[in-house]
Amino acid sequence: MTVVERREIALVDLLDRLLAGGVVITGDVTLRIADVDLVRIDLNALISSVNENVPSPWPEAE
Amino acid sequence: MTALRYVYAVCRPLTAPLQAELRGVAGAPARQLEHHGLIAVVSQVPDSDFSEEALRTRLEDMDWLTATARAHQNVIDALTGVTTPLPLRMATVFRDDSAVRVMMEKREDAFRHALDRLDGRVEWGVKIFMENADGEGGGDGGEGTGARTGSAAPKAMSGRDYLRQRRMRTTAREEQWRQVEEFARRLHKSLSAQAEDSRLHAPQNPQLSGAAGRNVLNAAYLVPRARSEEFVTLVDRTKDDTPGIRVELTGPWAAYSFTGLAEESAGEPT
Repeated sequence: MTVVERREIALVDLLDRLLAGGVVITGDVTLRIADVDLVRIDLNALISSVNENVPSPWPEAE
Repeated sequence: MTALRYVYAVCRPLTAPLQAELRGVAGAPARQLEHHGLIAVVSQVPDSDFSEEALRTRLEDMDWLTATARAHQNVIDALTGVTTPLPLRMATVFRDDSAVRVMMEKREDAFRHALDRLDGRVEWGVKIFMENADGEGGGDGGEGTGARTGSAAPKAMSGRDYLRQRRMRTTAREEQWRQVEEFARRLHKSLSAQAEDSRLHAPQNPQLSGAAGRNVLNAAYLVPRARSEEFVTLVDRTKDDTPGIRVELTGPWAAYSFTGLAEESAGEPT
């Protein structure tokens, strides 16, 4: 493996970053019906619901 | 149908042009929106997919989620070639250009600070798997773990032999687990020493990843581009050291895991 090598990125690696990383933009008001200028969905809910049957074997870094 | 604005990233003004053909979510062209010396990279998305209600439904559609995630990454990837982008969380959508500008203005200082901190850095992903984790026992590499003396020949056995074998297997598995944990700790420590920052993601679900073995460590490291080769070499060197352990490297990524702008710190409403 070298620095330049690029394989197809695994979806799960991508979702780790897209759903748990990145700048989270919120205001005091998100998702309110009037004056919605920002739509942000908490995607973590989706992934944790997918993941919850697997207990974490690595709970905390030291 | 109304068009909303999907924002991929905030960057410093680009010194090289974006690929003319760069497409984002749903195939719409990505463009730059400048505000106060920062740019947001945006594309139009239909509110039939991205209004609050529609999005909630869409996110449960794995095919849609996959296509959207890949499109997002495609744009970030192109940006990474010409600058150091500050990626936004997937599916950050605004009503129109002016709402994007308001958001940028509110968070201007935080964005500049983060862009300075990340400038010239990339993220590398390192995962450690324990192989044969759910050991059916069958032909597991045969690394001698001390306790193992008997043969594994499948013949008729007494109840006592069965229990003894089962105990040995359990002991061997615990021993393997201990080794993997120790390995992960050591590798994480030495990689962290080479990196400016690190972050642990939750271990991956094998059903999602399709990867063999059990994911023990799922870490991200922030590394200056200039030191990436060293970092990769360090990971490569450890790879085939220990039987039963697999190390996987992904990257370079934009610094998704190190944007450091959680909702609390990013722009208090004023």
